[in-house]
Amino acid sequence: MAEKEKVKVVGGGPRGMRGRPRPKVENPGKLLRRIFSYVFRYYGLHLILVAVCIVVSVFANVQGTMFTRTLIDKYILPMVEQVKAGQGSPDFSPLLRAMARVACFYLVGIGSAYLQARTMAFVTQGTMKHMRTELFDHMESLPIKYFDTHAHGDIMSVYTNDIDTLRQMISQSMPQLLNSTITIVSIFSMMLVLSPPLTAVSMVMVIVMLLSSGKVTSLSGRNFVAQQRNLGKLNGFIEETMTGEKVVKVFSHEQQVIREFDQLNEELYQSSARANGFANIIGPVNGQLGNTNYVICAIVGGVLAVNSYAGFTVGALASFLTLNRGFSMPINQVSMQFNSIIMALAGAERIFRLMDEKPETDEGYVMLVNCRQDENGEIVEAGEHTGQWAWKHYHKAEDTTTYQRLEGDITFNGVDFGYRDDKMVLHDIWIHAKPGMKIALVGSTGAGKTTITNLINRFYDIQDGKIRYDNINVNKIKKGDLRRSLGIVLQDTHLFTGTVSENIRFGKLDATEEEIVRAAKLANADGFIRRLPKGYDTMLTGDGANLSQGQRQLLAIARAAIADPPALILDEATSSIDTRTEKIVQAGMDQLMKGRTTFVIAHRLSTIRNSDLIIVLEQGRIVEQGTHEELLALGKRYYQLYTGKKPELAS
Amino acid sequence: MIRTLLSQVKEFRLVSILTPVCMIGEVICEMIIPILMGRIVDYGVMAGNTSYILETGARMIVVALCGLAAGLLGGFFAARAGAGLARNLRKAMFDNIQTFSFANIDKFSTSSLVTRLTTDVTNIQNAYMMMLRMAMRAPATMAVALFMSFTISARLSSIYLVAVAVLAVFMGTMMRSTTRYFKQVFERYDAMNESVQENVSAIRVVKAYVREDYEIGRFNRAAANIYEMFIRAELRLAAIGPVMMGIVYSCILLISWFGANMIVGSELSTGNLMSLLTYCMNILMSLMMLSMVVIMITMSEASARRITEVITEKTSLTNPENPLMEVPDGSIRFENVYFSYSPGSSEPVLKNIDLEIRSGESIGVIGGTGSSKSSLVNLVSRLYDVTEGRILVGGHDVREYDLDVLRGQVAVVLQKNVLFSGTIYDNLRWGDPDATEEECRHACELACADEFIRKMPEGYNTYIEQGGTNVSGGQKQRLCIARALLRKPRILILDDSTSAVDTATDAKIRRAFAEEIPDTTRLIIAQRIASVQGCDRIIVMDDGQVNGFGTHEELLRGNTIYREVYESQTGAGANADFDRQE
Repeated sequence: MAEKEKVKVVGGGPRGMRGRPRPKVENPGKLLRRIFSYVFRYYGLHLILVAVCIVVSVFANVQGTMFTRTLIDKYILPMVEQVKAGQGSPDFSPLLRAMARVACFYLVGIGSAYLQARTMAFVTQGTMKHMRTELFDHMESLPIKYFDTHAHGDIMSVYTNDIDTLRQMISQSMPQLLNSTITIVSIFSMMLVLSPPLTAVSMVMVIVMLLSSGKVTSLSGRNFVAQQRNLGKLNGFIEETMTGEKVVKVFSHEQQVIREFDQLNEELYQSSARANGFANIIGPVNGQLGNTNYVICAIVGGVLAVNSYAGFTVGALASFLTLNRGFSMPINQVSMQFNSIIMALAGAERIFRLMDEKPETDEGYVMLVNCRQDENGEIVEAGEHTGQWAWKHYHKAEDTTTYQRLEGDITFNGVDFGYRDDKMVLHDIWIHAKPGMKIALVGSTGAGKTTITNLINRFYDIQDGKIRYDNINVNKIKKGDLRRSLGIVLQDTHLFTGTVSENIRFGKLDATEEEIVRAAKLANADGFIRRLPKGYDTMLTGDGANLSQGQRQLLAIARAAIADPPALILDEATSSIDTRTEKIVQAGMDQLMKGRTTFVIAHRLSTIRNSDLIIVLEQGRIVEQGTHEELLALGKRYYQLYTGKKPELAS
Repeated sequence: MIRTLLSQVKEFRLVSILTPVCMIGEVICEMIIPILMGRIVDYGVMAGNTSYILETGARMIVVALCGLAAGLLGGFFAARAGAGLARNLRKAMFDNIQTFSFANIDKFSTSSLVTRLTTDVTNIQNAYMMMLRMAMRAPATMAVALFMSFTISARLSSIYLVAVAVLAVFMGTMMRSTTRYFKQVFERYDAMNESVQENVSAIRVVKAYVREDYEIGRFNRAAANIYEMFIRAELRLAAIGPVMMGIVYSCILLISWFGANMIVGSELSTGNLMSLLTYCMNILMSLMMLSMVVIMITMSEASARRITEVITEKTSLTNPENPLMEVPDGSIRFENVYFSYSPGSSEPVLKNIDLEIRSGESIGVIGGTGSSKSSLVNLVSRLYDVTEGRILVGGHDVREYDLDVLRGQVAVVLQKNVLFSGTIYDNLRWGDPDATEEECRHACELACADEFIRKMPEGYNTYIEQGGTNVSGGQKQRLCIARALLRKPRILILDDSTSAVDTATDAKIRRAFAEEIPDTTRLIIAQRIASVQGCDRIIVMDDGQVNGFGTHEELLRGNTIYREVYESQTGAGANADFDRQE
């Protein structure tokens, strides 16, 4: 399995750097546009509706604020004058009418705010759903190479952390930004209407606010980066120690580990306290600057109003001051959102990078179908499962379809392959597996055995040479059909969350209960399954963690058996099954292999000895091939492996 | 649970108390400001008194500066308190994990311990910080604002009381129904994550069976489930903002109306009216804040529980009161030993074990998968405690020794072994921190590791990556053996430790043991007969019981299982292990 491990090291980010991403983005503008256009693609109309709602509710809100001025200037003060002048009790009905009008504005504002909130729920959640399914859809189409070169934790965190931060941005930051912008613009213009000189005064303070919050944000941002780095370090350390915790105990190394942990923990504490400290003060700093702004405007405005400069009234001042308060709030909100937007963009970058990853290409056109022979001995396609297979060629030029019986003849003609172009791991491989043959691949770890099987079903594409299946170049066969024709049992079995039945049924989705039991019996799994608490309906969780390695392999064999594929690849399929059980499984396996071309990788001799063809690999090259007897007679590498003796050079 | 967490605040108690104090200070300043604002309008602007405006303005700035100071201090204190609690929680957990027995470790999975130490702590850190800042601030704001408005006009302020009551009831019902939804959302999240994780790790199986569409269907269902739940929760939450706005607007309208009446009736000034309107926002906003805090606390509840579980977990192994500090010799005796991983439940994995092993003997252990070979040897260095009976090492019950002393003298090379990031020297010195380079090299020679280490570019200073990914399985096993040898133990236990080492090297290592450390008792678990054949005596395990115990020849004659295994492995070429050649 070393082949897999080797490539896995190539990619993969630094370990333990899961969790929150580092706030650093290449091209934020482009990313923002892409996010927006993504959302717009599915929810364009919704977004327009949201924008309208925001405009309406901001407008209604501002109307409400303006009302304070009208209230004092147009209604209260005249009425007070009236009372003072002794003209009897004043008429409240105009005020009542004005208030009813404002109440209508408020209602519209509330209504549109509610509509906006509801629509946004659909927009964000819908976008998240689309994004997730699109991600998954795309991920399933990626070549195996992608999974080899990317740390699994990193892929996982795209679905969780990155989507989550993006959700916050779309649902909160985006409307907030729009809302704030509109609010700022409308408040600004109204302030301008009320008093241009006061507005100028206010603007100076706003610029001070922007500068100071920018400063604080960058300070906290820098410390957040440090925090993430320290968190990553600590994460890595914890992961390593927890994995090796038993070794720590065996060597009584607890105190040393604690010392090291304390140091990393302290560093994280320092940076975290600083980062959060700066983030916490953005609010108060802006708030008090806003208050100072208020005071300055009050003083200047007061002076203006007292002197009745340019018709500036007390009521106007009151409104201006309220507007002024409303001005600092959106600025505060935007600066508070800043860090989370940066984080979300970093996440979005990873999401789109995964979406932009090139999928597995498939230019094959030959298909695999079930078939039977009609009276004339001709092969015809069958809709149902017949146990007989044929390749279906569609010839575009003549618009005809021909069928060719699946025989299971697989050849490697001078195949060269490397996981990376600059480093070949297989050199000039020639193999001819005749129909029904059992071929054993033998060699030390890293010789390239698993790699060869991975090429047959085109998990990887070869650099040079040809692989033919029934004399058809495998590149011409549709990948799905090619893979359907090959049953695979891997050494590291993977099971899925679901019942035991469901896991076996994975091999054949429309399998009946009887078929499942039959397959389980063939794999000798029926016995232990029946002893499970709920038998075939027992739930398996976490990759079948509640089963032993041997039991999992038996299930994997049952899964392959039920698929009933024309050819088989068994990669250390019985390595974790003890010798006695293996003997029993072997009978079922032999039955399964009968009449099917089978590639076997194993280190147990009993499996290898009776193969029709044994291929001995060494460092990616075939050093010898033949039957057991032939190779023994040859007296070279196989002989040495088999007898443990040095090859007798004389023979 | 809360008490356990709070007990970890420790040296951060002062900042934890100062934070709310600062917050209250900030609140008071914020509340004074509207009064001053009102005064500026009433006595300054109305009366045309410029000097009054300046004077009050100056006072306002002073108050604002005080507010700023309080805000800054509060912000930093809160961050310190949150980060500090996080640090202490991590430390408390980590320290406690170091006291765990193997049984404790088995209970928590590695990945769950990692999440608890990281993500869960971060959740608590944020919630705690938020709580310190808001939990006091919000009620304080509300109280002060209410107080202020009542001093201005008790009659008008009674409107707030009604509004607060309405909003409180609304938020309460809201929270109850949405937290229920959010809980379900989290569960469905887990299901979806599982789906992703399975597909990432089992992509070969999915592709080999051409089940991409099937898996996509499964995933889409999981994603749709989350969508549905979230939509339901959010549609409910969507009402919060508008209802809030509605209440605020109603207050404004009511206060404006009654306020106008009172002003006309000379019972209220225009400045007072403005102040009242400002407090209106303050009161309702703080109520919102408070409900956010409550939501956050409920959401971090799960994390709090998971952390508490680790901190309060009691180790199942304790050091005796007056421990023996020396192991006299390497003899081992099992007396009627029963062992089960979770006492009280299920079949014991070891039954009725009686064994007598002399000091300096080499003992092979053989048996099928699940025959409890590892369980047997794990009891010797007290990685687990026996359920019944006792085990004597050097003539004393293992439970009488100091744990460190016992484990220092009984070195185990675990089946699932781990190297740590660091140089080869660093790793070897886990066995003996004071080992000289000479000693390290000697141990490696015994373990047949010296040769390949020398071939590495930087020899013994080669850096081992996390998890030992840059050495092969066989090399790793030999390094682990060397590491254990450096302990110079009286008893050495090898739990299938040479499975990835080729037969010839395996034999060489065993020979080196016999020649160089003949006085050390050796327990060797192996799959290959060849690995144990040369031992003084061999234990045959079957289904948790000793099936046979004797020399190779004796067992070959009298033990069926042993003979069967022997025959299946010998004969022409049976020792060839193609996959395990280096």
